[in-house]
Amino acid sequence: MSVPETYLSTDEIASSIPDGALIGVPKEDGGVSMEITRALIRRKARRLRLLTVPVSSIQADMLIGAGCVAEIETSGVSMGEFGYAPHFRRAVENGDILIRDATCPALYAELQASEKGTPFMPLRGILGSDILANRPDWKTIDNPMADGGGDPVVLLPAARPDFAIFHAPFGDRHGNVWVGARRECVLLAHASAETLVTVEEIWDGNLMEDQHMLAGTIPPIYVGAVAYAPRGAWPLSLPGSYERDGEHLKSYLTAAKSKDGFAAYLDRYVFSKEGAA
Amino acid sequence: MEYTREELLICAIARMLDGCRNIAVGTASPIPGSAALLVQAISNGAAKASILGSNIHNPFNDGGPELFDRAGQGRVDAFFLGGGQIDGEGNINLVSTGHYPEPDTRFPGSFGSGYLYFTVPRVILFREEHSRRVFVKKVDFISAPGWSPPDVYRPGGPYALITSLCIFIYDKKRHRFRLDGLLPGVTLEEVHDNTGFDFDYPDHIGPVVPPEPDRVDLIRSRIAGEIAETYPKFARDRLGWNG
Repeated sequence: MSVPETYLSTDEIASSIPDGALIGVPKEDGGVSMEITRALIRRKARRLRLLTVPVSSIQADMLIGAGCVAEIETSGVSMGEFGYAPHFRRAVENGDILIRDATCPALYAELQASEKGTPFMPLRGILGSDILANRPDWKTIDNPMADGGGDPVVLLPAARPDFAIFHAPFGDRHGNVWVGARRECVLLAHASAETLVTVEEIWDGNLMEDQHMLAGTIPPIYVGAVAYAPRGAWPLSLPGSYERDGEHLKSYLTAAKSKDGFAAYLDRYVFSKEGAA
Repeated sequence: MEYTREELLICAIARMLDGCRNIAVGTASPIPGSAALLVQAISNGAAKASILGSNIHNPFNDGGPELFDRAGQGRVDAFFLGGGQIDGEGNINLVSTGHYPEPDTRFPGSFGSGYLYFTVPRVILFREEHSRRVFVKKVDFISAPGWSPPDVYRPGGPYALITSLCIFIYDKKRHRFRLDGLLPGVTLEEVHDNTGFDFDYPDHIGPVVPPEPDRVDLIRSRIAGEIAETYPKFARDRLGWNG
C-alpha cells in the first residue's frame, strides 16, 4: 500500500503544533505517538501544556527533559516497573514545571464535559483530598437533586485540548483512523479542537464502510492530519502489533541519569532521525 | 507444608476477598494480582479478576473510563492501593513528601486513588516496605482520605493494610488500624519500632493464618503461570515459575 497523498510527515505535523499548545495524550498502552513526540523535540517546541489521559510514562518524561513543557495535568507519570520518571520527578521537585495533580476518572470527566459541550461534569469521590485542595478550578456543590440538602459533589471543568495526539493501528486514504477498543482515544478526539494521528499501517479500503471496523474508527470530521509512522509507538507498545521495548526503556533511564547522557540519547534517537515519510 | 512469604501473603489476601465477585487490580501489583487470580480460580466462575495490563484477565473492552464507571455504580467489590506514605487514619499519599507543590520527593501521582478509595467497598492497602518512612503519623499530602464526614457519599474505603511484617484491619468507626496478625518471626515490638502511627492490638497477637495447602498447590500449578502473563519477572523470581 502506498502512503496516501493527503498524509503529512511527522515533522510537518509537529510544526503545525505551536508553542504553548495544550496537547492531550493517552497512557502508555493506549497508542502513544512517540514519533510525533520525537518530532516535537526536534522542532524544539516550547511551553507545551500536557494533559495526560490519564497518566503517562516516557512520552511526558522525554518532553519535560527536552525542555518542551511548561505545565502538566496528570494523575501520574511513572516508568512503571522500571521505576520513577526521572525528568518529571526532577522538574516537579525543582519547580521547573507547573503541576496540576488529578485522579484518573476526573481527567476522563473533564474530557467528557468537553465532548458534550457542557461546562462541567460531576464526579463522586475526591472530597477531603489535597488533590481537590490544590485545584481552585474544581468546585464543590451540594447535590441539587438530593432531598434535604447536603451530599457534596465535585464538579470538573471541561478540558478542551488544542490537539489530541496519538498513534493508531490503521489509517485509510479517506482520512479515517482506526483505534479499535481504545475508547479513550475516541473520547480525546471528540473533546479536542483537532486530532493529529500517526498510523502503523495503511488500511486498504474505507474504514467507515467496513461494518467490522466502523465502531473503532474515528472519522475525518475530527482528524486534522495523519502521518504514516511504522513502529510509531516505539519504544512503547501498540497492543495487537508489538510489545514495549523494555531493554530500550531501561537504557533510557540509564541515559536520563545525567544531562550528558540524555543529550547523547536525544542525539542518537531524536535529532539524528528525520521523521517518517 | 513449607511455604514462602509470597504464598502466605497471597493466601491472606485471598481470604479477605472472600465473597467478592468483581476484583480489580491496578498497576505494579503482582501479589494482589495473584490473590485475585487465586480467588477467581477457586470461585467456579463466581469471581472475576481484572488485572491491569493483562490481555487475558480483563473483563473490560470500553477503554480507560470503564473501570471507574463500574466502580461508581458499585460494581467493583475490591481494589488495591499502595502509598509512598500511609498514616494511622488510613490517609494515603501517592504524590509527594514535604510541602506541596515544591516537594522534597515527588512520587508518580495519585492515579485512581482519589476516586476508587471512595467507591470500592473493600480497598486493601498493600505496601511491603514496613518502615517509619512509609507508615507516618500524618501524610504530607492526602491523595485520598481514609475516612470522610457523614454527609459525604462514601460506600468505599480501607479494609486492611498488609505489609512485610504484619496485617492490620481498619476500624471504620474509630478510623484506626488494629493489628491482626504477624508474619513468621516478627514481634509486636518490631512492628512498633517500624510504624510511625499509633495502632490498636489485642492482648495476645497471633501469627497470620498459614496458607491452605490446596491453595499453595494451586498457586504453584496454575496461578504462577497466569500472573506471569502480566508479571513474568515476579512469577519467575518470587513464585518459582519456570514456564
